[in-house]
Amino acid sequence: MRGRRLGRLLRRTLLYAAALAFTLFAVFPFYWMLITAFKQNRDLYVGATNLQHIPWIFNEPPTLHHVRLLFLNTPYFLWLRNTAFVGALVVLITLLVAVPAGYSLARLAGRWGERLGIGIFLTYLVPPTLLFLPFARLVSWLGLQNSLWALVVVYPTFTVPFCTWLMMGFFRSVPRELEEQGLVDGYSRLAVIGKVVLPLAIPGMLTVVIFAFTLVLQEFIYALTFISQVDRMTISLGVPVALVRGDVFYWGSLMAACFLTSVPIAVVYSAFMDRFIAGLTAGAVKG
Amino acid sequence: MALRRPAEAPFLAPAVRPGRRTVADRESILGPLLLAPALLYVILLVGVPFFMAILLSFSSAVAGGLEFSWVGFRNFQVLLSDSQFHRALQNTLRFMLVSQLLVMVLATAAAHVLDAAFVGKRLVRSLLLLPWAAPVALSSMAWVWIFDSTFSVINWTAKKLGLLQGWWYWFGDPGLATVAILTVHVWRTFPFATVVILAGMSAIPQEIKEAALMDGAGFWRRLFHVNLPMLLPVVAVAVLFGLVFTATDFSVVWLLTRGGPYNSTHVLSTLAFQRGVLGASLGQGAAVAIFLLPILLVVAVLLLRVARRAEVGA
Repeated sequence: MRGRRLGRLLRRTLLYAAALAFTLFAVFPFYWMLITAFKQNRDLYVGATNLQHIPWIFNEPPTLHHVRLLFLNTPYFLWLRNTAFVGALVVLITLLVAVPAGYSLARLAGRWGERLGIGIFLTYLVPPTLLFLPFARLVSWLGLQNSLWALVVVYPTFTVPFCTWLMMGFFRSVPRELEEQGLVDGYSRLAVIGKVVLPLAIPGMLTVVIFAFTLVLQEFIYALTFISQVDRMTISLGVPVALVRGDVFYWGSLMAACFLTSVPIAVVYSAFMDRFIAGLTAGAVKG
Repeated sequence: MALRRPAEAPFLAPAVRPGRRTVADRESILGPLLLAPALLYVILLVGVPFFMAILLSFSSAVAGGLEFSWVGFRNFQVLLSDSQFHRALQNTLRFMLVSQLLVMVLATAAAHVLDAAFVGKRLVRSLLLLPWAAPVALSSMAWVWIFDSTFSVINWTAKKLGLLQGWWYWFGDPGLATVAILTVHVWRTFPFATVVILAGMSAIPQEIKEAALMDGAGFWRRLFHVNLPMLLPVVAVAVLFGLVFTATDFSVVWLLTRGGPYNSTHVLSTLAFQRGVLGASLGQGAAVAIFLLPILLVVAVLLLRVARRAEVGA
């Protein structure tokens, strides 16, 4: 009896230890961004050979110096604005293209719907790392180097396939009877879509908006390929590439930018993560 | 994926319309019409560039110019005797397989932890998701700073604990650079796998778990004889997606090492970028990138097969 109790206690301890270990591993880089962003330079650049100085904590009072530098002396806000511009347009294009397509695949395309849907989803697996070279040629042919419009045109290539797939799943979950009732009442299919289906699909469309936007925020290789002018960069490109003077990184400001940008995005994104994963693995995981 | 609440039909007054049928009613037209924009976008901006990528790899095209001359298999012949390319291909496979092997173990363990009841579970779960949700280019920069050659907090901690005698120059040594890249890949993809596996665990019928418990099976026996075999398809799906993410990754390797030191950590995508964009030799770059295709094709086929099996089993 006593042994069993002990075993239970041991198991609980192990459980909490494991949970703590996983959490620390996941959170550590974010903690590191945060503490770096507010440390004074003489607290930051001590060197890891000095074992007396503990880098994990503030040894000097925290400072706003790096954040001020980031806000006032770097194009941080300009990059935010560029990102918002590209993001808004890409979201708009994605909605206009993916929502009708998702409905069509779910309801109107019949037997071909499933296969076309899988086909469209498979294009999501064609990676930017394969396509950036032909796009580089295309963009220079269109004269869009160093233009945000290049990103607006190219980014839907990864948002549209995934969001079409996502919307297809949402429309499938709308009960057919509701639509049939509308049809019986004498409304056209299009009117039924507008009055019955779309209001029910608003959570789905919200998910599409969030994903299209965060995918735009995350994108790096296309932006790196098309854009070299600092004032045209998006946030994901500008922060790692242009917050450097020569060979010197301004780690305080750089980490401030990383923290201030990635944490809000991560929080919003992870709130929608379950839907994202359910969409990505639809069919494979019956959750 | 389903809308959880039972949907209620909005009230619609019966429409009074003449019996005329318009496009709005003809489903055989409406269907393709609604699908057309998406299909066009995908064909024009994924399909066409895809074939362009293949064509480019058989050409001597350079950036800046628009001329295009067919050189047959020359780019590939050059690559076959190019040790940098061999290294990049090996690295791609190594990074994919090693990181996802680690992820498989870590994520299965993490999913089991999250499946148990404990205080603060919701908080732990949302914190575990952060690595995957944060923009990879930005979190990679945090790792660059963590692995800094002078100020690395890892070196400090290891020295303080007496684990390190000399010094770790993370990005100056091919072996250590590989460890750094693998760490970031594992850190970034294990949350995704954890959530997928967790969803799969909740799908294991409760009766099976109870039956095993009734028959007196202990924790490890249940783990290895009931849970893991039933989880296998789900774990496979999670890992296959992870393979796609790591195979196609560019940002992590590029921001951490730029393929260095001495071009020892290049993967296909970074080598393609270096040759095709920085080196302005589009044809060469495209030929390098093309080697991603067979890798992805194998993964995609496996993914569809496993997905189908899992569906039949469910």
